[in-house]
Amino acid sequence: MQSNAALEYDYDIVKLYMWTTVIFGIVGMTIGVLIASQLAFPELNYLFGEYGTFSRLRPLHTNVVIYGFTVSGILLSFYYSAPRVLKVSLGESPLLKKLAYLQFGLYLIAATGMVISELMGITASKEYAQMEWPLDILIVVIWVLWGVIMFGLIGMRREKALYISLWYYIACFLGVAMLYLFNNMEVPTIFFSGGIGAWYHSVSMYAGTNDALVQWWWGHNAVAFVFTVPIIAIIYYFLPKESGQAVYSYKLSLLSFWGLMFVYLWAGGHHLLWSTVPDWMQTMGSVFSVVLILPSWGSAINMLLTMKGEWNQLTENPLIKFMVLASTFYMLSTLEGPIQAVKSVNAIAHFTDWIPGHVHDGVLGWVAFMIFAAAMHSATRVFKREIYSKSLLEAQFWIQTTGVVLYFTSMWIAGITQGMMWRAVDEYGNLMYSFIDTVSVLHPYYTIRAVGGLLYLVGMFMFAFNLYKTATAGRKLEKEPQFRSPMA
Amino acid sequence: MFHWLEKNPFLFSVGVFIVIAFAGLIEILPNFAEAARPIKGLKPYTVLQLAGKEVYKKDNCIACHSQLIRPFKAETDRYGQYSLSGEYAYDRPFLWGSKRTGPDLHRVGNYRTPDWHANHMWNPKSVVPDSIMPAYKHQFKNIADTETAYAEAVTVKKVFNTPYGPEIAPGKAAYEKYYKSILLPEAMKIAKAMKNKDVEAMVKQGKVPEIVALIAYLEKLK
Repeated sequence: MQSNAALEYDYDIVKLYMWTTVIFGIVGMTIGVLIASQLAFPELNYLFGEYGTFSRLRPLHTNVVIYGFTVSGILLSFYYSAPRVLKVSLGESPLLKKLAYLQFGLYLIAATGMVISELMGITASKEYAQMEWPLDILIVVIWVLWGVIMFGLIGMRREKALYISLWYYIACFLGVAMLYLFNNMEVPTIFFSGGIGAWYHSVSMYAGTNDALVQWWWGHNAVAFVFTVPIIAIIYYFLPKESGQAVYSYKLSLLSFWGLMFVYLWAGGHHLLWSTVPDWMQTMGSVFSVVLILPSWGSAINMLLTMKGEWNQLTENPLIKFMVLASTFYMLSTLEGPIQAVKSVNAIAHFTDWIPGHVHDGVLGWVAFMIFAAAMHSATRVFKREIYSKSLLEAQFWIQTTGVVLYFTSMWIAGITQGMMWRAVDEYGNLMYSFIDTVSVLHPYYTIRAVGGLLYLVGMFMFAFNLYKTATAGRKLEKEPQFRSPMA
Repeated sequence: MFHWLEKNPFLFSVGVFIVIAFAGLIEILPNFAEAARPIKGLKPYTVLQLAGKEVYKKDNCIACHSQLIRPFKAETDRYGQYSLSGEYAYDRPFLWGSKRTGPDLHRVGNYRTPDWHANHMWNPKSVVPDSIMPAYKHQFKNIADTETAYAEAVTVKKVFNTPYGPEIAPGKAAYEKYYKSILLPEAMKIAKAMKNKDVEAMVKQGKVPEIVALIAYLEKLK
């Protein structure tokens, strides 16, 4: 058996995903700022003909930031941290490494196919599952490859017990696999129609209310298994590593892991409150959403308490800032979600801008902040260089935090205003506002949101520049730092 | 307590899978058959309407419009009778949407006319001055993919027993016959009601622009 110190980790794959994280982040967030601006200034819909309308670009934005930026960030963190907690390098198995290259290549092909097909309007029209069946099959292959690599590494491991991060990576793999397969069950029309029509077209296996149930079982749990589970995997590795502190409580991590696994799936019904799905399912969705606060806050509190006695690091290290604020946003978001899932609140909140507001305090404040921190921490080890600029990282933190705050506060106001106006009646019981009144009133909030998004995008560019400079011009490090990432 | 499990990746994974799969089985399965049943008198979409549904998907109207009227007085006053499960029995996929930047459309066929839609899609501000919806002028030029819509009708008839008559049958010849004898006359009716000379001329030449199919679909939403 090799000793721990002698092990040289192989970072080739990590580097690849680092660059796709940056590229998809810039593309996805730029589209995001554009569509946010379109709602405030509709003339911006006509920049690229039929390909530039809000409706065509909106799924492109969500898909590029989810499947491009976030998934790249998750894979970069996985390929960096999983070998380290298993004490095995990917380079030790030439086969697994080749499979990892293959996975990356297919991932690029799928991403390109996704962008092109969505611009053309080729879509299965289910939110966050828009891709048509040929791309779905490709994604299944990519996912299975990831599973093979993950369990291959686990099979080769020198550290017998699986670290907490790996629990979450395994759950991410299994959860997404199950949900994705069932939600994307569709019948390609070309095989039944005597060979006529578009070859890529399909119809869903489920109709109407059933389709909605399966879709939101997926839609909600895509949030669970892409935006939550693997991000918790990231924070459980990177926060203790960067701070040099041991995880606060093993029992709390156990409780929150198994609690999250059990409860999360039930909560999908809260997307369908007051719809045509049976009442008991709606109630289950509501109740379990509230229960979900426990395991969510369990992880977040576990992370915050990990910093116990070391809070001075918060002022000294911008990476700790990113991660601590990320846990805090995770707490905010996982409290806000259950509030929206209460039936009476949902009656006002559903269909309004409060929902995108909620999503974005989670993804901008929690998911992306964790990915930035993980990428920067890994960069110092992968490139064996100092982080290029600490002050740039600090500036990025404050600019993006301002952006997130502008984003969610404006959307809270917009959503509640709209929800209340839709139901407002005069003294005779007649509706007080026509629909367009409830649109016009939102203009200032849409403008503020676009500004918030723009600030966040500026921060994204700062991150990209800083990472690039770290890789190429950061001061060389003699030996790998143990905890805190050195920065200039 | 669980240390043994963390040293056994296989059992660990099985455990995780059971714990996460559990909820889906209990929540989704029991109601499956009942939710799939259509309400009395519900007709499946015609091929032209299906082609319109494809335009609705392609230009992604669900980004801003829902098709789900909730059982509140404020909603039934604004949009009409609240939505029933059986009304969606032929909707593959469902198109409820999750955001109302614009109004709900589940019963839009009750209170808008084809010429209103035509004007609205050409220039939304001409009918709703403060509208922030983009114009969809390309729908007047692009030809609707009726062949794929026909392929969809054949598929759902075969696979899901959607009640179509003998006019829906596999193959190019069956499609061409349907196109001339059923689809074009239906499109002509919509084109006339749109009161748009250019569109009418196109349909006369045997071409169906996307806007005609889309309006046929919107007219069916009642």
